[in-house]
Amino acid sequence: MSARDAILKRLRERADGPLAVPECDFAVVTNRGWSQAERLERFERWITSVHGEVIHTPRADWTRRLAEVLAAKGVQRLALGREHPVAAEARKALADAEVELVDADRDIEGWQSEQFERVDAGLTSTRGAIAETGSLWLWPTPDEPRLISLVPPLHIAVLDAETVEDTFFDVVEAHGWAGGMPTNALLVSGPSKTADIEQTLAYGVHGPRELVVLVRHAGERP
Amino acid sequence: MTPVKCYPPKPERVYFFGTCLVDLFYPEAGLDGIRLLEREGIEVLFPQDQTCCGQPPYTSGYHDEARAVAAAQLDLFPEPWPIIVPSGSCGGMMRTHYPQLFAGTPQEAQAREVAGRVFELTEFLVHVCHLRLEDRGEPETVVMHTSCSARREMGLAETGPALLGKLGQVELVEQARASECCGFGGTFAVRHPEVSAAMVEDKTQAIEATGATRFVTSDCGCMMNIAGRFEHQKKPVKGEHIASYLWRRTS
Amino acid sequence: MSAPTHPVQTYSPREFHRQAHDALGNPQIRANFRKAMDGLMAKRRDIFSDWDLETLRELGANIRLRALAKLPDLLERLEANCAANGIRVHWAESGEEACRLIREICEAHDAKSVIKGKSMVSEEMHLNAHLEAAGIEALESDLGEYLVQLNEQTPSHIIMPAIHLNTDEISGILHDKTGTERTRDVDYMTAAARAQLRERFMAADVGISGVNFAVAETGTLCLVENEGNGRMTTTVPPVHIAVTGIEKVVEHLRDVPPLYALLTRSATGQHVTTYFNMISSPRKTGEHDGPREVHLVLVDSGRSNIYQDDELLDTLRCIRCGACMNHCPVYTRVGGHTYGTTYPGPIGSILSPHLMGLEETKDLPTASSLCGACGEVCPVKIPIPDLLVRLRKESVGEGRGNVPGAGVKRAKSEVAAWKAFQWLATHPGVWRGSMAMAGKLKALMPSRLGPWTECRSAPKPAKTTLHALVKRHHATKHDGEER
Repeated sequence: MSARDAILKRLRERADGPLAVPECDFAVVTNRGWSQAERLERFERWITSVHGEVIHTPRADWTRRLAEVLAAKGVQRLALGREHPVAAEARKALADAEVELVDADRDIEGWQSEQFERVDAGLTSTRGAIAETGSLWLWPTPDEPRLISLVPPLHIAVLDAETVEDTFFDVVEAHGWAGGMPTNALLVSGPSKTADIEQTLAYGVHGPRELVVLVRHAGERP
Repeated sequence: MTPVKCYPPKPERVYFFGTCLVDLFYPEAGLDGIRLLEREGIEVLFPQDQTCCGQPPYTSGYHDEARAVAAAQLDLFPEPWPIIVPSGSCGGMMRTHYPQLFAGTPQEAQAREVAGRVFELTEFLVHVCHLRLEDRGEPETVVMHTSCSARREMGLAETGPALLGKLGQVELVEQARASECCGFGGTFAVRHPEVSAAMVEDKTQAIEATGATRFVTSDCGCMMNIAGRFEHQKKPVKGEHIASYLWRRTS
Repeated sequence: MSAPTHPVQTYSPREFHRQAHDALGNPQIRANFRKAMDGLMAKRRDIFSDWDLETLRELGANIRLRALAKLPDLLERLEANCAANGIRVHWAESGEEACRLIREICEAHDAKSVIKGKSMVSEEMHLNAHLEAAGIEALESDLGEYLVQLNEQTPSHIIMPAIHLNTDEISGILHDKTGTERTRDVDYMTAAARAQLRERFMAADVGISGVNFAVAETGTLCLVENEGNGRMTTTVPPVHIAVTGIEKVVEHLRDVPPLYALLTRSATGQHVTTYFNMISSPRKTGEHDGPREVHLVLVDSGRSNIYQDDELLDTLRCIRCGACMNHCPVYTRVGGHTYGTTYPGPIGSILSPHLMGLEETKDLPTASSLCGACGEVCPVKIPIPDLLVRLRKESVGEGRGNVPGAGVKRAKSEVAAWKAFQWLATHPGVWRGSMAMAGKLKALMPSRLGPWTECRSAPKPAKTTLHALVKRHHATKHDGEER
């Protein structure tokens, strides 16, 4: 008998008989009832508490703020996608800037050492965020692959204010995640960190040292 | 941890289960517990055939022996009166573990019925007697050590401090890591003496650091352990069972 | 830099007493653990302060119980959905079989270098040693695991592997093994490790990780981490092998948020970790990164045996948060290595006997004062103290015999002692006489009682027992106040 069949057989022929299936009440992880302002406030409070930086910007003005961030952080080479509106708008706005734009929509095998060693920042869109924990959610795509939010020392994520939801559970349910998961779904809450050296927090142990979230607001706000 | 218990009105009579440590080492604590109950107008019955709740063999894994010892106690409480135990450890054994120990045996129903009537002494004084105390003692600072069984198994972290809080002349101070085990653990202290010693050492240091020269506890196992450590070091800190402390200061 | 090939520092659960003695006598170990555990307990308390923790724990326990109730069906569903997503699923009856499966996958890719994310199951099966013996280098990438590996040790905590080491010790290890400067600058040391490990991520042929939750409904592997090494391990090398115990499966994707909330808060007092990484397939056509192959190795190794017994089953609810060890007064004193097992502390003491047998681990279930702190904080409400007692019962041969090595501690002398106690406690007249006699003969009582009196004075039997006091009290009750 294969290991598979032997294991399943033992589990099915359980000595103490079948087990009762308990009911699960998920009320405790949903129904927060926060307003949009409260969600944003919570999101910002939590993500900044773990070293994330939040910059609010009117939607129309966001690429100007992006350019400011890139200048302030001394970014010379920025990896980004091409097709997503975030990438497309950034490319357009930065066309004449000092920053060199690095195409992320290439097979990693062709540019791994370049990505690891010579990219200063990765720019990605986000699908939304979670107020309760200060988390961004990303579903990497061929246009914005998995590693550009991980390998460069700075990750710049663009978030639309109205896409912040209350809880992780709410996101999973509202967006029907169970109906079709991508290759990789990610929650990102701050830059990479460790406390493995005597509980002292240090950032950027493997992934980005810094995470900047550009929160885009409809209209003139903020 | 323990489900909220619905407390009965103050009864006319109760049983008192003294526990073997009290019987052998701290009988005055047991008697003082009885006096506190009697002062509340309650008649206290002490079945003379009581011995031990069975916890020592139970926690050692000798459940056949524990069941035999426990079974010898079950018949001692025939009337539907509360059973008062001046120990969270033995009280926890009887309330929580008797039903498990007798599950599937002919005495299961009886064990459940008895378990449902078990109250730890401070619990009973607070929640059933709504005890009022008039402090006649000198001003004093004390530390309370609540046993792990009282705190976690019986959910009684508050009753000891609540009683001490009724003593007008007594200042209750809290030691660092108050909820941490003192290292007694019954046979644990014998099987792992060095670890147990390290734990009681830390506990005595924490109590001593408060500046109090007296600690009060509702469990004689902890008292034997902590006071034994203080005595061994010839430190002036004394331990006292909460029943004796309350009786002494209010009688 | 060179990775060690053989761990020189070994610990065994058989040597619990000696190892405890050594740890208790080591001020550095004592201080490191005390400080770390105090901090972790405080952080957990704070982070749950605005939660309905009991309701959340109830949900966590029910989700895990539901998964266990449906375990064989869920494993098949997980397998089918993983397969549909392109993840290859393998089954292993034992740790050795899992090691062999993983080695064969590595060999099929002619792998020489493996980079690892944190996986306690891989520690449990001694995967690194197995791979090294086959000429495949296995390098840990979690910073704590990396430090412990450099120091030729095993993890001393399931969440924080290097918690037994302080800053100076870590600085010394990095200096000695990798040539960095001696410093107390944690950012410098972290940056040095980052640089060292980045080279290895790029060069690795295979990445091996654990799994925190495997979702049957979608065929998704969830990994919880702060550092990003888990994402690196599962994204950079061309092959990813995830290895996990069969109990880690959950039914629905919606089961994951509450368990994740409980896990991070219980483990480190964080409301969330930096990364929650959910992997559902290898790189698809048109995608530009990620492994081209993903394998899932499901390991039994004694778990299906635990599964047979209604009471022992609760052991399998565990989500490996480590809160029980953070709150354990014994673990805090003796540290993780003393237990001599992959899983130390209370969860280790109820799990290791199933994995290693009670012959090896007989001192672990007794290494607890049954203070209940572990059960109180367990996010999925495992009745750890009750399970410790159950294993004591199995050890002395009064259980159901469902644990390997049951009865190993049954000694004639101890049985005789408890039988004598039983006889005494069921003969009330003799009991009363003996107790009274003990008081009268107290001058003859030894003042030294073995280990008890090494550090404590012996308790002194009272002159009069409570039985006698109560008789006298009732006789004189009508004479007014007695004192």
